[in-house]
Amino acid sequence: MKGSVIKYERDNIDTDVILPGPYLKIHDYAELAKHAMEGLDKDFHKRVKPGDFIVAGKNFGCGSSREHAPIALSYSGVKAVLALSFARIFYRNAVDGAFLLPIEIDESAYHDISDGDSLEVDISKNEIKNLTKNKVYKMKPFPELIGKIIEAGGLFNYKP
Amino acid sequence: MLNITEKILAHASGKSKVSPGDVVFVNVDKVMIHDVSGPGVIAVFEKLRKTGMKIDKIWDPDRVWVAEDHFVPAADKISAQNIVSLTNFTKQFGIKRHFKYGMGQYGICHTLSHEEAMVLPGEVYVGGDSHTNTTGALGAFAAGLGHTDVAYVLLNGKIWFKIPETLYFKLNGKLPDHVMAKDLILQIIGDIGNDGAAYKTMQFGGTGVSEMSVESRLTLTNMTTEAGAKSGIVEPDQKLRDYLAERGVTKYDEVHSDADAQYEKIYEYEGSEIEPTVAKPFSPENIAIARDLSSIELDKAYIGSCTGAKLEDLRAAAKILKGRTVKIRTEVLPAAISIFRKAMEEGLLKIFLDAGAVVGPPTCGACCGAHMGVLAKDEICISTTNRNFPGRMGHVESQTYLASPLVAAASAITGKITDPRDLK
Repeated sequence: MKGSVIKYERDNIDTDVILPGPYLKIHDYAELAKHAMEGLDKDFHKRVKPGDFIVAGKNFGCGSSREHAPIALSYSGVKAVLALSFARIFYRNAVDGAFLLPIEIDESAYHDISDGDSLEVDISKNEIKNLTKNKVYKMKPFPELIGKIIEAGGLFNYKP
Repeated sequence: MLNITEKILAHASGKSKVSPGDVVFVNVDKVMIHDVSGPGVIAVFEKLRKTGMKIDKIWDPDRVWVAEDHFVPAADKISAQNIVSLTNFTKQFGIKRHFKYGMGQYGICHTLSHEEAMVLPGEVYVGGDSHTNTTGALGAFAAGLGHTDVAYVLLNGKIWFKIPETLYFKLNGKLPDHVMAKDLILQIIGDIGNDGAAYKTMQFGGTGVSEMSVESRLTLTNMTTEAGAKSGIVEPDQKLRDYLAERGVTKYDEVHSDADAQYEKIYEYEGSEIEPTVAKPFSPENIAIARDLSSIELDKAYIGSCTGAKLEDLRAAAKILKGRTVKIRTEVLPAAISIFRKAMEEGLLKIFLDAGAVVGPPTCGACCGAHMGVLAKDEICISTTNRNFPGRMGHVESQTYLASPLVAAASAITGKITDPRDLK
């Protein structure tokens, strides 16, 4: 996976800003994408490109259980969120629905990666290459079951 | 040597023992969807059908129940349509427990879970809402899930969980009369942070919790979500048995922690030391003592939601509002019709109206910024709800202070954040 970075240097980016409450009534995935990150970044839908990565701090996706949050990011083109940590429901929604990859990175990678950097993510090697800065970071490997669900393409395709 | 959560999950996964970190598929006893997660599940079913999957029945319609709460009364054409879709869904799959707006008992899903005893001690309960944790106060494992996971449970009757570590919060001694469970849970979230219990269970006990009503315990478990917890739980006791018996339920299998149960960490709080506490914008962990915020001028007080509009919450607000007049817009929305009715019978609604407040129907409404009293730019609200992230209750530049019903009501009288002890 190759793409460029949209970075939000903050913790606790919650589902109320990823996809604000008034849009919870919408279940058209393309329509939801138009409102992604609206509570934090009004210009997100203009600047996001297919294949982009979001980079953020700890506890990304905290708050409500709305699956609208990973759906809106996914249908905006976001392939993965690279964060210091994730809130539990966002994490399992992203994986079980096969919407995007929630990738845990460490502090040094988080501080090193800049907005606009080009990254190449290789989950088979647990590696993130920063093509702009010519550096390589380690990602935290997925737990066994999570890896299998990702490989299967979501929970419904996974056979326990 | 297992704690209550490990025991419930071990039993539900057919194992004699589980340890934190184990990943297991767990058999589910009850599942809930509402007018946001229900249409979300319907969308997942549609997606699966497009891949060729045949879906003409669900796992067990008698274990599924449905609430209409986020966008009722129908906020607009789309939410009206969602409620119609939900109604068609329950009809199609033979789900009988559908609490409909305008047809007797209905209300916020988490409130119905205890008012109607939809979940029993020892059960595994999942719901399509993050505050599903609330119901853990009934001695059950209760956790929120997204649409795909709930759809999976509806078709398979099970779901994966990582066995959580448990943090034990021990309250020594009763809370003072001017302090509520809301103040304690805000203090705890302030201490451990928005992700202080991420992926973990928060268990509550100690003499202070034993003395607490079931409704107060529900406030504690409700807001475990705001510390990132997978679930919150209180062990069953006589108070819970009485609460359930009042609702006609006496048969269930209680689960208790072993005497030598393991907890990752034990936190102790002295009841007498807890102060009226408020979470400032824009995060539940951003706490302050109410008295230290007495210069904050408010535009509105909101007494509603699964967190702060149970019967005892309304009684607490009424105690303050009785014989006084509000200085700012004040909205009271009981969390379920059963509570609305009791509040009417006890004369609480008259107290609210006499004070100048408006009383509205049960709804998640403005708590999640959906409708029914959302905030304008720069408006400042004190609220008995559970979250205050940017835009949570309306405009992204509005501000919400989270507080107990006592503090919210006292603040409604003065127009500034007020400790109930400081009211004249």
